[in-house]
Amino acid sequence: MSTIIFTQPSGTTDAITVEEGTSLMRAAVTNGVEGIVGECGGQAMCATCHVYVRPEFAAALPEIADDEEEMLECTTAERTERSRLGCQIPATPELDGMVVDVPSDQV
Amino acid sequence: MGVVIIGGGQAGLQVADSLRSGGYEEPIAVISEEHGLPYQRPPLSKDYLTPGADPVPLPLRGETFFTEKNIDLRQGTTALAVDRSARTVALDDGTELTYDHLVFATGARNRRLSCTGADLDGVFGLKTLVDAQRLHRELAAAQDVVVVGAGFIGLEFAAAARAHGCGVTVLEFAAQPMGRAVSEETGAWFTSAHAELGVRLRLGEGIEHFESDERGRVRAAVSTIGSRYPADLVVVGIGVVANDALAAAAELKTENGIVVDASLRTSDPAVLAVGDCANFPNVHSGTRTRLESVQNATDQGKHAARTILGETTDYTHLPWFWSTQGSFRLQIAGLSSKDDWTVATGDPGAGKFSVLSFRGGQLAAVESVNSPADHMSARKLLGGGLGPTPDEAAAPGFSLKSYARQAASKPSGG
Ligand SMILES: Cc1cc2nc3c(=O)[nH]c(=O)nc-3n(C[C@H](O)[C@H](O)[C@H](O)COP(=O)(O)OP(=O)(O)OC[C@H]3O[C@@H](n4cnc5c(N)ncnc54)[C@H](O)[C@@H]3O)c2cc1C
Ligand code: FES
Repeated sequence: MSTIIFTQPSGTTDAITVEEGTSLMRAAVTNGVEGIVGECGGQAMCATCHVYVRPEFAAALPEIADDEEEMLECTTAERTERSRLGCQIPATPELDGMVVDVPSDQV
Repeated sequence: MGVVIIGGGQAGLQVADSLRSGGYEEPIAVISEEHGLPYQRPPLSKDYLTPGADPVPLPLRGETFFTEKNIDLRQGTTALAVDRSARTVALDDGTELTYDHLVFATGARNRRLSCTGADLDGVFGLKTLVDAQRLHRELAAAQDVVVVGAGFIGLEFAAAARAHGCGVTVLEFAAQPMGRAVSEETGAWFTSAHAELGVRLRLGEGIEHFESDERGRVRAAVSTIGSRYPADLVVVGIGVVANDALAAAAELKTENGIVVDASLRTSDPAVLAVGDCANFPNVHSGTRTRLESVQNATDQGKHAARTILGETTDYTHLPWFWSTQGSFRLQIAGLSSKDDWTVATGDPGAGKFSVLSFRGGQLAAVESVNSPADHMSARKLLGGGLGPTPDEAAAPGFSLKSYARQAASKPSGG
C-alpha cells in the first residue's frame, strides 16, 4: 500500500491509499478524484488521465514508453516535463507519499 | 419527479454526472439491471483476459460518487414498462418511479447465432462482466478456441486466447476483418498481423454448426465450406442489436435503435435516448446511425444532460474509437465509408502507419495503427473541419502530426 496525494488546481487534495500494482488512474477513478477521467480504461489511448508528478518522485517512476510519449504530446492541458499518464504508473512502495497535480483540463 | 435513467452503463452514468455538474438539483435515479457497481466494458475483452491479469472490473465511477452527487443507483433492478402519459417507469422490484425526463441508456445486446449447437455448453458471448469472468476462467483450461466473427471483440479475444497458448481459429464470413469499420488496407494489415500471432483467420468462411461431445459441451465447429475445427471453447462476436424493445413497447419510434433527433430527443420530447441504443442523425456520415463506442456514449450522455437543462444545440461530436489486439493498437477518428479515397502514410511494413480517408476531397476519417500521435492529430484536424488535401497527404514524407502542428499555428483554418 502506498499513499498518493492528488492536488486539484483549486488547491484541495485527496490522499488515497493505493494497492501495489494498481495504477494511479484506476485508484483515482475508483475513489472519485475529480479531473481524472480514464476514458479508455487505462490503455494509453485517450490522455484523460494526464497528471503532473512532483519532481522529487521523478526518479522512482517507470520510464515513459513510446505510446505514452506520443499520447503526452496531445494532452489537453499543457504538457510539461512533469507530465505523465496516470494509467501508466503502477503504485510501488517507492511512490509512497507522492504528490501529483491534476491539470485544469482533461478533455 | 426529476430524471429517471434506464441503464447504468457508460452513457447513463454520464447523463447523471453531467446533470449534477450542470447544476441540476431534482432527484436522479439510475436503473441498472446488472449487479454491482457499473464498470467499464472495453477492458473486458483486453487487459482483463490476458494471462496473469488481475480480473478486477474498472468502475465507471467510484462508490462515493453516487452518495456525494445524490444519485439513486438501483443496482440489480430492471425497468419493465414505461407509461408515457402518466410519466412513470415500473421496476421489477414492484416500485414505480415518476419522471419529468426519462432517458433510455439501455445499450445493446449480443446478436446470437441460430445454427445447430449454438446453445451448447462452451459457446459464449462477451458483453458483461459476468461473461468476462466466465471466459477468464475458461481460458485458463482451454486448448482449442474458435471465434466466430472477426470484428473488434472477436479479434481482441483471439489475441488474448493466443497469449494463453490456445490454438485459435477465427471464422469470418466477409472477405476482410473488421469489415464494417476499417479500410481494406487496415484490414489487410491486421490479417497478416494476426497470422503472425498464430491466429488462424479464415476469411470467407462462416459457421455452419457446432458438434457436441457426450456431455453436451462443444467439441468442434464446422464451417460453411465444410472444414471442421476442434473447439473446447467458442466465442461468438457477430455484432449487437440495440435494446429498444422497452421503448417500442412505450410506442416510441424505433428502427435499428431508438430514433432520436439532433438534440437526442425521441418522438416524445420528455424522453431521450443515448449511447449504443440511440439511432441519431449523424453529421459525419450524413445518415442516421447507431454507434457503439465509449466516445459516443460519453459525448451523447453529456449532450442529453444539456438538452434536459434547456440547451437546444445539435449533437455533432466527432466519433472516435480504439481497439487493442494483443500489442496492436488501432485508433479511428471520424467515419470512413467504402467509397472513400484512401491514402496510407507512415510505414505499414514497420507496423506503424495511418490510413487517411477522403470524401469529396475532404479528410473524413483516419485509422491509425500503432501511431497515437497521428490519431490525436486527426481528432484535432477533423474536429476543426481542417485537414490536408489528398495530394498533400500522398506527398512523400507527409506526417499528420507535423501537418496538425502547422494548421494549429495558423490564425484561422488551414
Ligand atoms: C467487451 C467489449 C469491449 C469494448 N471495447 C471497446 C473499445 O475498445 N473502445 C470503445 O470505444 N468501445 C468499446 N466497447 C463498446 C462500449 O463499451 C459501448 O459502446 C458502451 O459501453 C456503450 O454504453 P451504453 O451506456 O450505451 O451501453 P452499456 O454500457 O451497454 O450500458 C447499458 C446498460 O443498460 C442496462 N439495461 C438495459 N435494459 C435495461 C432495463 N430495462 N432496465 C435496467 N437496465 C437495463 C444493461 O444491462 C447495461 O448494463 C466495447 C464493448 C464491449 C462489450
Ligand atoms: S486512461 Fe486513457 S490514457 Fe490513461
